[in-house]
Amino acid sequence: MEGMSGTKTPLDRVVIRFAGDSGDGMQLTGDRFTAETAALGNDLSTLPNFPAEIRAPQGTLPGVSSFQVHFADHDVLTPGDAPDVLVAMNPAALKANLPEVPRGATIIADKDEFSTRNLSKVGYATNPLEDGSLESWHVHPVALTSMTVEALAAYPSLTRKEKERAKNMFALGLLSWMYSRPTDGTRAFLQGKFGAKPDILGANLAALDAGWNYGETTEDFVSSYEIAPAPMASGTYRNVTGNTALSYGLVAGAHRAGLQVVLGSYPITPASDILHTLSGLKRYGVMTLQAEDEIAGIGIALGAAFGGKLGVTSTSGPGVALKSETIGLAVSLELPLIVVDVQRGGPSTGLPTKTEQADLLQAMYGRNGEAPVPIVAPCSPTDCFDAAVEAVRIATTYRTPVMLLSDGYLANGAEPWQLPEIAELPDLRVDFASGPNAEDAKGAPVFQPYLRDPNTLARPWAVPGTPGLEHRIGGIEKADVTGNISYDPDNHERMTHLRQAKIDGITVPDVEVIDPSGEARLLVLGWGSTYGPIAAAARTARANGVAVATAHLRHLNPFPANLGGVLRDYEKVLVPEMNAGQLAMLVRAKYLIDAQSYARVRGVPFTTAELVEAITALAG
Amino acid sequence: MAKPLGTTTHEHAGSVDLGMPIPHGLDGIPRLAGDAKLTKKDYTSDQEVRWCPGCGDYIILNTVQSFLPELGLRKENIVFVSGIGCSSRFPYYLDTYGMHSIHGRAPAIATGLATSRPDLSVWVVTGDGDALSIGGNHLIHALRRNVNMTILLFNNRIYGLTKGQYSPTSEPGKITKSTPAGSVDTPFNPVSLALGAEATFVARSLDNDRAHLSHILRAAAAHRGTALVEIYQNCPIFNDGAFDAIKDRDQQQARLVQLADGMPVTVGSKDARQVLVRTDEGKLVFVPEAEATPERTVVHNASDPDPSQQFALSRIDDASMTHVPMGIFRQVERPTYDDLVRGQIDAAVTTAGGPAGDAELATLIAGRDTWTVA
Ligand SMILES: Cc1ncc(C[n+]2csc(CCOP(=O)(O)OP(=O)(O)O)c2C)c(N)n1
Ligand code: SF4
Ligand SMILES: [Mg+2]
Repeated sequence: MEGMSGTKTPLDRVVIRFAGDSGDGMQLTGDRFTAETAALGNDLSTLPNFPAEIRAPQGTLPGVSSFQVHFADHDVLTPGDAPDVLVAMNPAALKANLPEVPRGATIIADKDEFSTRNLSKVGYATNPLEDGSLESWHVHPVALTSMTVEALAAYPSLTRKEKERAKNMFALGLLSWMYSRPTDGTRAFLQGKFGAKPDILGANLAALDAGWNYGETTEDFVSSYEIAPAPMASGTYRNVTGNTALSYGLVAGAHRAGLQVVLGSYPITPASDILHTLSGLKRYGVMTLQAEDEIAGIGIALGAAFGGKLGVTSTSGPGVALKSETIGLAVSLELPLIVVDVQRGGPSTGLPTKTEQADLLQAMYGRNGEAPVPIVAPCSPTDCFDAAVEAVRIATTYRTPVMLLSDGYLANGAEPWQLPEIAELPDLRVDFASGPNAEDAKGAPVFQPYLRDPNTLARPWAVPGTPGLEHRIGGIEKADVTGNISYDPDNHERMTHLRQAKIDGITVPDVEVIDPSGEARLLVLGWGSTYGPIAAAARTARANGVAVATAHLRHLNPFPANLGGVLRDYEKVLVPEMNAGQLAMLVRAKYLIDAQSYARVRGVPFTTAELVEAITALAG
Repeated sequence: MAKPLGTTTHEHAGSVDLGMPIPHGLDGIPRLAGDAKLTKKDYTSDQEVRWCPGCGDYIILNTVQSFLPELGLRKENIVFVSGIGCSSRFPYYLDTYGMHSIHGRAPAIATGLATSRPDLSVWVVTGDGDALSIGGNHLIHALRRNVNMTILLFNNRIYGLTKGQYSPTSEPGKITKSTPAGSVDTPFNPVSLALGAEATFVARSLDNDRAHLSHILRAAAAHRGTALVEIYQNCPIFNDGAFDAIKDRDQQQARLVQLADGMPVTVGSKDARQVLVRTDEGKLVFVPEAEATPERTVVHNASDPDPSQQFALSRIDDASMTHVPMGIFRQVERPTYDDLVRGQIDAAVTTAGGPAGDAELATLIAGRDTWTVA
């Protein structure tokens, strides 16, 4: 929008949190603000936070849904510890979020919603917008609801309720003005969404404009702000969530392998979006089957893998528990298979919509018998793409199930993504077995389904339909080479070692150590989604003069070959994890080092501040 | 034994109007060239068969090995998938592709294989415990989906492999190691269960009647969709004689009700024939042939989309095996899950102008909202 007046104050970074009732459209508002921000070239990171209930009672604390976006003129590593601006659509949103909003921050509240009834629903005896209790914050009570309804007077066909529903667009318009975001993308988005309903479209656009204009004309807001674009490598970017990136990574990996993706899946938060995304990709040959349960989901994927497809199953921790027996079968069959675990808070149903990293040991050991499985864990939403491609590489090269360990934070969080060139992704073409690979005692050609490639120890992938390679595989222990049933004790021991050696021998890149000063005696070792918070904390600690090194694991099984040496290079090792210390236990056991665990399970990512404190304390 | 079997799916075309022709169960699966023929020996693997002497599984294996050549398929396009149990050892003894999987899950695994590989003839071998206890959920969902595959359910009314516990088809009061005072739960009737689960093909046969079983297998293979074939199978070690009443030559005729599509439902020898009639209350009962009026006589209609009568027929069976229906209970056409799933993908790919290459993929991952940094 051109021709706006008033001053513009430059800022280097801002954290905004939109909070409201789950029916208020806060996720959409946040998404749109994020898209506008991405289009401006700021770097960003987002954290949606929503209740497990679809519609908790209106105006109550359990019903509060929020979306936080952190954007800056420099690279952004986390969604931000605490908001600089809280948009509170009702008293519940204010009450639920205030403890995380530092004094001095800005609060924009819809004062229309601060009625006696709504206040009492959340236990406010008096109105905090008026009783002085918020005097340490910059509070802007705005009549969001009534101004939205007024702005829509030209839409007599809409009920008051329908008009009120557009108040999130009013809020978006206001914040877009405040932070000088363009609104063209949102206009196009609304056009696409409501094109068939001209009244609803018109109302949303009018509310958006009304919000913007209110910001411009009212004297309540002295200034608007500008955040310059962040320096980013040249290229084409989009904003992407972890679940979307992971889905695309599977498709791209399969494409590079020349395989069809066959997904067997059962809906579960926070993994369902992978099922949804892949189900929409029929045009790319992707086959999705919504199974009757998680066991069937992985069974379908494994059946397809036997048939020469890229079998994938997506789930969260409770689903992995159900799939364990079939993962063991896949270990025994030595077929490629990808098991995606988007971790959430546990145990049991736990915290379905919150994040956690507590399935690491389940991924590592959660099966009967000696059943080693490689584990790949993405470290950011965009890394979900590359980690998925990597999982395809390992699964197809080594003919093994692979655990891809994402989590709720990566799944729903978003950040700008520099689009990769498809042709530059690794060449993953697979060779199916096409003929005999051995000779019998009489010199006649035969097919030995468990004769291994000497380099990878992978067995041949011989798919039904290939003449002459008819063979039977199963979960009973197989004789080395022939694959026939064998109960021979020495054979079982040999096969157990072979399966382990195959996984241990997977080539994975060395772990990289970042120690700008070269003087660090403390190493912070992370894995998965803690990458951003650890990197941000290390950056702050270094700026404070603390020498600290960081290393981040993407491969949890096998560990990078240099990990033991790296760990022993440091006097102290700190392992922050969103669990009770699972990686710490693994590295202590494997490398006999005194790694210290910093373990928290609050369902939210680490804050930079708490990690700075932990690092500083240990660096001593 | 009489074997008036239902006709194949092809001949039923049009009986259920679905607006599209349902292909034959074996359409799309590569066949042997010209007049090449395989033999039973070609389907026999080099593995030593390890069931107990006298086990009914031997006769079924023999029948299947002899029957498979008749399909005229290339054997590399045939896959047997099984769960766990004595019966589930079956795939090891057939020289086709095979997977001996885990307890109860074969229908799910076979669903993934059959849906993604239309060029394969997929067979599931399962037991009464495998299919109806631990795998009950997968069985009913496979049936309702109607994936093109044939499920052979070997029902010996016992857990064989785990040495003789009662199973979900054991008769009430069964005394086993785990039920020393007699089992107290009501068994499943697998045919009734399958009919209730929206199955499109449901049949029953007997291990030692090779001719009858071959006929059923033929019809099941020709059926496009999930065909469930319950095979009564004797376990001489843990449940010997479970089906003696209907195997005994003297009693067989009086007990076995041979279902024949389009024919009255009868039992007994010519001179003592009984006919199934519908009473005023709607119940199905056998009466002497002379008392059966044409209006009351129950005529079997396997292709009736309404499964009520087929279900009622499945219920004339009871623990005493006074009357046991055999043959094809239901054989109706319904588009198969796998055809529909592949159809949606094919349509999407065709509409888009062919398989996606690098450029299309790049467009996909870029989405609709990109920006460029110079
Ligand atoms: C997860 C699991 N639970 C239990 C078993 C033990 N088990 C193997 S076969 C079987 C029952 C088999 O009975 P049925 O399916 O009737 O086959 P049969 O041996 O009678 O042919 C059981 C309980 C197993 N293998 N796996
Ligand atoms: S236990 Fe029974 S079912 Fe199993 S092999 Fe022996 S006889 Fe056959
Ligand atoms: Mg049994």
